[in-house]
Amino acid sequence: MTADLRRSPLAGRSDVREIPFLTMINVRTTDETVLGVPVPAPNRFATVGERAVLWLGPDEYLVVAPDGDDVAELTGESAESLVDVSANRTTIELSGPHARDVLGKGMSIDLHPRAFGPGHCAQTLLARAQVILRQVDDRPTYHVLVRGSFAPYLADWLVDASKEL
Amino acid sequence: MRLPEGGRIDRSAPLTFTVDGVTRTGYRGDTVASALLADGVVQVGASAYRHRPRGIVDAGVAEPNALLQVGPEPMRPATTVELTDGLVARTLSGRGRLLEPNDERYDHKHVHCDVLVVGAGPAGLAAALEAGRTGARVILADEQTEPGGSALSTPDRWPWLAEVLAGLSGFAETRVLSRASVFGYYDHNYLTIAQRHAGPIGAGGRLWHVRAGRVVLATGAHERPLVFAGNDRPGVMLASAVRTYLNRYAVRLGTRAVVCTTNDSAYATALDLLASGVDVLVADARQDCALAGAVRAAGGDVRFGTVVVGTEGEAAVTAALLGAPVGGGPVELFHCDLVAVSGGWNPAVHLHSQAGGTLRHDEAISAFVPDRSRQANASAGSANGELDPNLPLWTIPSPGGWDDHFVDLQRDATVADVLRATDAGLRSAEHVKRFTTIGTAHDQGKTAGVTTLGVIAEALGAGPPGPTTYRPPYTPVPFAMLAGRDRGALHDPARVTSIHDWHVARGAEFENVGQWKRPWYYPRPGEDMTTAVLRECAAARTGVGMQDASTLGKIEIVGLDAAEFLNRMYTNAFKKLAVGAARYGLMCKADGMVFDDGVVLRLAEDRFLATTTTGNAAAVLDWFEEWLQTEWPDLRVRLTSVTEQWATIAVVGPKSRAVVEKLAPVDLSFMTFTDTTLANGIPARIARISFSGELAFEINVATWHGLAVWEAVHGTGEEFGITPYGTETMHVLRAEKGYPIVGQDTDGTVTPIDLGMEWIVSKRKAFVGSRSLRRPDTARPDRKQLVGLLPVDPSDLLPEGAQLVTADSSLEPPVPMLGHVTSSYHSAALGRTFALALVRSGRDRLGQVLHAPLAGKTIAATVVEPVFYDPEGTRRDG
Repeated sequence: MTADLRRSPLAGRSDVREIPFLTMINVRTTDETVLGVPVPAPNRFATVGERAVLWLGPDEYLVVAPDGDDVAELTGESAESLVDVSANRTTIELSGPHARDVLGKGMSIDLHPRAFGPGHCAQTLLARAQVILRQVDDRPTYHVLVRGSFAPYLADWLVDASKEL
Repeated sequence: MRLPEGGRIDRSAPLTFTVDGVTRTGYRGDTVASALLADGVVQVGASAYRHRPRGIVDAGVAEPNALLQVGPEPMRPATTVELTDGLVARTLSGRGRLLEPNDERYDHKHVHCDVLVVGAGPAGLAAALEAGRTGARVILADEQTEPGGSALSTPDRWPWLAEVLAGLSGFAETRVLSRASVFGYYDHNYLTIAQRHAGPIGAGGRLWHVRAGRVVLATGAHERPLVFAGNDRPGVMLASAVRTYLNRYAVRLGTRAVVCTTNDSAYATALDLLASGVDVLVADARQDCALAGAVRAAGGDVRFGTVVVGTEGEAAVTAALLGAPVGGGPVELFHCDLVAVSGGWNPAVHLHSQAGGTLRHDEAISAFVPDRSRQANASAGSANGELDPNLPLWTIPSPGGWDDHFVDLQRDATVADVLRATDAGLRSAEHVKRFTTIGTAHDQGKTAGVTTLGVIAEALGAGPPGPTTYRPPYTPVPFAMLAGRDRGALHDPARVTSIHDWHVARGAEFENVGQWKRPWYYPRPGEDMTTAVLRECAAARTGVGMQDASTLGKIEIVGLDAAEFLNRMYTNAFKKLAVGAARYGLMCKADGMVFDDGVVLRLAEDRFLATTTTGNAAAVLDWFEEWLQTEWPDLRVRLTSVTEQWATIAVVGPKSRAVVEKLAPVDLSFMTFTDTTLANGIPARIARISFSGELAFEINVATWHGLAVWEAVHGTGEEFGITPYGTETMHVLRAEKGYPIVGQDTDGTVTPIDLGMEWIVSKRKAFVGSRSLRRPDTARPDRKQLVGLLPVDPSDLLPEGAQLVTADSSLEPPVPMLGHVTSSYHSAALGRTFALALVRSGRDRLGQVLHAPLAGKTIAATVVEPVFYDPEGTRRDG
């Protein structure tokens, strides 16, 4: 019922594809069984159904799940810290043969298929905004997780970067 | 003149262009320089300082004379500007300036590769072909409009060139960049490339950021001129350039030429000139050359032990004076309209050197070559010194002295200038460079550098001094390209809250706080800032106001030792804070100086939410992490930034309870909070916290609910006259209560005691900074302390930053300063102006009148306690 009252940072914009309101839980744990999935390797993510567990640091993970997903059973209780950060970031989806070209205009990590593919994630800068990037398929499709306050800037930047190859 | 056939120009595509107001025609494939030369124009802008006539010298990036203003851009060598239809340019005399903003579209691109090959001449092409064949990710970058390098000037190699390019195009992972100058080589094999897009002026370009596994430097070599009297006369050109114009652009530069050389390479020029019908005399400084027979067989003449010792002519050369390289012998006048010179070749070691590689002097070619690399790179071809042997001939004397023997054409610097430097006692090439300015012009000494070293060596009677340091950029890069898309609205992110659109719609003026855009005040029609702020302040003091406080930094602190951790970080105690309660906290750096402040909520036994100032959010998180990770890794505490998880709405004023109760029936005592659900079903955390001294609440909701809740509060508060207010009103309200703002009333040299906040500094525990607060210096009675100021004239507004002196102080410098005004406002509640200030021994001065001497007037103000409004704190509970 309250869903109607939510407003995402890029609501009303038709020039970028936003996936709003994803559930996101920041997990801090050194117990590899806590997440209920094999712990992903550094800068990789593991998926269980529609949920993804992103490696962010040696004891830090981000669980990303669909809007409304109750992730309580996935994350268990023995973690050192669980913090709901669902409203902290929104998600922008980039997909298509030129997605890599657009990201390469503002991101210094290597996105070539030999270096970065589905299942990879990274925390880096895109233009002047800190983002979490993950590649979800080899079309390729990328999800860019960006803090809400930076989202309008980043959307403007992406639209500008997409104007030429 | 243009030859009827040959060259790599496209004769089916004539192009019209205008230089210095004269419209001419060239072809696609021309540069502006080749098109001018084809039209018989060799002379360009006069020299910058001595105003001597100058001509085109080179066919590439080393060109020192032919500088153009093209579109918005100054200082572009005509030899590197691709001819396009309708191009308009103006020749410059050595200097230019950006005439208008450069609005060309430049962007940036990051790429990684296994091998970056710099330079698409024969060596670079061969390297790219080998690397590309393996399937490696290869980038081949070349500054010219088409790959080929020196092969473009050698028609025999064109079939090979076409074959190689076809091969490269078959490699999926090989990328060939043209018009792309690799200008910077930094650590970790990170290189930058300035690429101009094909097309008319204004087409823009791209700055490439390349991270390469290995780098092949196939950058070629630059031909050196010879230093004789009048060597700057138009018509004196580099021999390789003459050949390039002839073969690549089908431009024959004269009818009777002297080719003066110290090595074999110029013989190719002589032979090609002869084949095109030019009379040629080769003046070879050496005693022999195996190629002489070929020249003579083609109808040319060769004289050994002979060089050009001078030139004659006005706007262009009309004769060369031939003599012996050592001078003193007989001189012969030889009429000619072209002097092609080769004093040897300098490997283009710029990038090798930029990368930290060392150079050594190679006697055989009398030039510097790469020695050891410091990064994963290798030099190849002529860049690696694979060049013809050369007879070093740094200067050619003549009876008239050295004042017309030019070393650096762009700086108008001669051998006489170098000798003045060495006569003054300078020996280091770096010192001579600074004395003469040689090598500091637009071309960065590409033709002058090594020659100058030779001249210095001769003058000092020593071996060649080491080369000067090469720094980026190899060739000039427009600032607009460096800026890329980081300009205008994209220059820096504007961070906005979830309620931003509402503020904009209500006409708010915004203040930049870090990258955040925060509403500053909400002027109504006809209101200026002062009026609007007085109105907003009055609403908060007498009715109800609301503010978007979402930008406050927020950190969730979780773990069994969370209370212990906070107890160590803040000056006051946190262990006994009850769940459901809030506490204001102050923290210091290790030096005991105030660093940040904020309110901490205890959400659970092992869970806290700390707020920070807007500007310090990231710094506080870093500060916390630093202590946790480096000093106290044993503490079971984890930190998570939740700044953007929560939107925060402050509801402030005597009627705030009435508004909040309509949204959620909460009954909160001061400094407590509760998690609840608002009437509209939205979960919220409501706290009773006041930064104004008034009854006040903070409503925290998930950011995606921020706008809905703001609108709900505003709608609910309408019947109470709720007034949105901005940061300025917030500042006034807190200043009336004497609450300092970290960073405004403090500057990193202020202790909590200086602020009069002894009450918040625990004496019973250790915290970060506690030891420093026991130093004698932090207990000095004459430290600057926070006090209030009331201007004697209640309408005088002290400027923030104004210096304060005693009333009887002389204003003759040096004036002993007591301190300065940190905050100053009009107060609706007080009906007058007031200020906060940091004043030496301030608390001992209560009641004193101090002066703020300003330009044209002095404001007198009385020192008072810094709490101006409701000192008893009676309004806090409404």
